[in-house]
Amino acid sequence: MVDDDAREAVGDYKAGWHDPENSTIRFDAGLSEKVVRDISELKNEPEWMTDIRVKAFKHFDERPMPTWGNMSMLEEIDFESICYYLRSSKATENDWEDVPEDIRNTFDRLGIPDAEQKWLSGVTAQYESEAVYHSIREDLEKQGVIFLDMDSGLREHEELVKKWFCSVVPYSDNKFSALNTAVWSGGSFIYVPKGVHVELPVQAYFRINAKNMGQFERTLIIADEGSSIHYVEGCTAPTYSTDSLHSAVVELIALPGAHIRYSTVQNWSANVYNLVTKRGVAHEKAKIEWVDGNIGSKLTMKYPSVILKGEGSHAEVISVAYSGAGQHQDAGAKIHHLASNTTSKILSKSISKDGGRGSYRGQVTVSKKAENCKLNVVCDALILDENSRSDTYPTMEVANPTARCEHEASVSKVSDNQLFYLMSRGHSEEEALALIVNGFFEPFTRELPMEYAVELNKLMALEMEGSIG
Amino acid sequence: MSDTSELLKIQDLYACIGEISILKGINLEIKPGEIHAIMGRNGSGKTTTANIIMGHPDYEVEKGIVELNGKDLLEMETWERAREGVFLSFQYPQSVPGLQVGNFLRKSVAAILGEEAAKGKEFRNKLKESMKELDIPSSFLGRYVNDGFSGGEKKRFEILQLMLMKPKLAILDETDSGLDIDGIRTVAKGINAAIRGTDSGALIITHYSRILEHVKPDKIHVLISGKIVKTGGPELALELEEKGYDWLEEDSEN
Ligand SMILES: Nc1ncnc2c1ncn2[C@@H]1O[C@H](COP(=O)(O)OP(=O)(O)OP(=O)(O)O)[C@@H](O)[C@H]1O
Ligand SMILES: [Mg+2]
Repeated sequence: MVDDDAREAVGDYKAGWHDPENSTIRFDAGLSEKVVRDISELKNEPEWMTDIRVKAFKHFDERPMPTWGNMSMLEEIDFESICYYLRSSKATENDWEDVPEDIRNTFDRLGIPDAEQKWLSGVTAQYESEAVYHSIREDLEKQGVIFLDMDSGLREHEELVKKWFCSVVPYSDNKFSALNTAVWSGGSFIYVPKGVHVELPVQAYFRINAKNMGQFERTLIIADEGSSIHYVEGCTAPTYSTDSLHSAVVELIALPGAHIRYSTVQNWSANVYNLVTKRGVAHEKAKIEWVDGNIGSKLTMKYPSVILKGEGSHAEVISVAYSGAGQHQDAGAKIHHLASNTTSKILSKSISKDGGRGSYRGQVTVSKKAENCKLNVVCDALILDENSRSDTYPTMEVANPTARCEHEASVSKVSDNQLFYLMSRGHSEEEALALIVNGFFEPFTRELPMEYAVELNKLMALEMEGSIG
Repeated sequence: MSDTSELLKIQDLYACIGEISILKGINLEIKPGEIHAIMGRNGSGKTTTANIIMGHPDYEVEKGIVELNGKDLLEMETWERAREGVFLSFQYPQSVPGLQVGNFLRKSVAAILGEEAAKGKEFRNKLKESMKELDIPSSFLGRYVNDGFSGGEKKRFEILQLMLMKPKLAILDETDSGLDIDGIRTVAKGINAAIRGTDSGALIITHYSRILEHVKPDKIHVLISGKIVKTGGPELALELEEKGYDWLEEDSEN
């Protein structure tokens, strides 16, 4: 099933199989204003949304490529060969049995329905451009929690969407946020009413199956005053020899006293460009946390950010990145302290191996009128061999002298003595390396729901196999 | 043909690191149930000997035999030696940040004694009991391996592993250094229980006679500049403590 050359190129990738493509609608490759309008028309959208899409497209068209990250890899993206809309299933189902069998099999193999029964408040599964399955626990629905795929969100709660859409990430923010706004499809729409605490995480699962596919989901989460929610997303794709593009936009709004935690374990195959804009706004005493794991993809450029707009708000970004052969993870965080007594914490951990490249790119700013802010940034890199690379590009712009800033960075290598110690306890060299690597990522994995933590550890153990020369 | 009545047999062992030769013809035989000690001044090659038995990659064995129950250890990878029953209590145990003690112990016992041995009530009870005997608080199970442990805590943790892994040959490299008086007594008790009356054996590397008073080794070897220059009974430890190593050094020059 899997393209052999591609498989060789990316190594042993568990989710690398693909199913035959049974699409009901597939747009021709390439992007134009007409494609953008066609997507909007197909979805029967209100005019204001069509207008934003068209404006965003024009901006995308004129905007040059970013000049950071990995410019040579970015130049390789062929926007004309990508399919911008593909629908495999007619409607979003809320009974698992009604999802078309081939798609159901895909998610069964990935363990989605199991997870839902065990430990989730709700789940949405997106296959190519559209959500194919969606469910939420009844008790939450009764409390007024809205958890929908984004298209249904726009249909059923147009006023809310209109109010917040593009309010945190304007389409003109960067080239890829413009692209997403022009052609977005799917993603999640969540509204948590005042004071409601969603105890179990809600999950979204994104799968690209077709070749040369672009997935452009759009997620909007609004946590009203004093509410809380934990959202988890996972991503995989088959292994092809040609590239796919994943370019999402996520907007979070934490109203006063609300708490949003957004966790991602991204394990795209090594032919996927993952160019994502994630940003949240925290109002008074609100808290936003990004827990962001980047294991797969060819090139990831992603800097989850938080605007600390309200007094006493808090931001945390915990991220890990693993870069193997041919991969570049350009990840980091951005935090803007606009109000007084705001606090933030960034913990970034990266591992590079077999010539992989990991970069931390971080920006923390404190505005002039923001008094008594506290910032803490820690970046650790672990390099597993001589060919691999790790860079950090931290910037801090502090315009108020009362801010307390801490910054620590370390680059380490696995020592022979550490390996020897573990091997003397019966562990092969690969197992020993996996123990060290998983230990290095532990501050991240302990923040994840159990099943994700286990899965991540298994993934890393797999990455360490065959790595000893 | 090997004589399998020996638990550990080291014969004419020469080893170097880069250009520097460190071991210059070691001969040592330990029978099942025996406890031997190695003493010798700093830099004489004690840790090197232990590391070579365990298979540290930095050393090159130029010549010689190292066998466990007649099996050639030098042919094996470090983890194979561990699974064969060699255990090394490190002079300087390594820390592994992020790896929880409980998890590490379970995984290591599973690797050495098999999955079954690391499962269920029996393992948990054994773990609890051993930790109690060694005065290791149960909160250590949630800490990271050797990360931020005090010197003595590290040594106790090495012995905890020894007790759980039930090796055929236990090598203790200065496990007594850094332990308090109670610690030494506890560790000695642990060693006696693990070795005496079994077909396992131990090699204790130490600078002090105190631990040997509790363990009563069958033999004490004195290592000087990579060679065993004298072998004696337990009384040798006291003699060394009194006289130092100079009187033996002259012997070894000749
Ligand atoms: N990696 C190394 N590189 C260079 N020299 C080494 C290395 N390892 C050991 N040596 C040298 O080999 C000699 C023996 O060292 P070893 O650690 O075996 O001594 P020891 O008897 O255990 O000493 P101590 O009582 O201080 O623990 C020393 O001179 C030491 O400097
Ligand atoms: Mg030593």
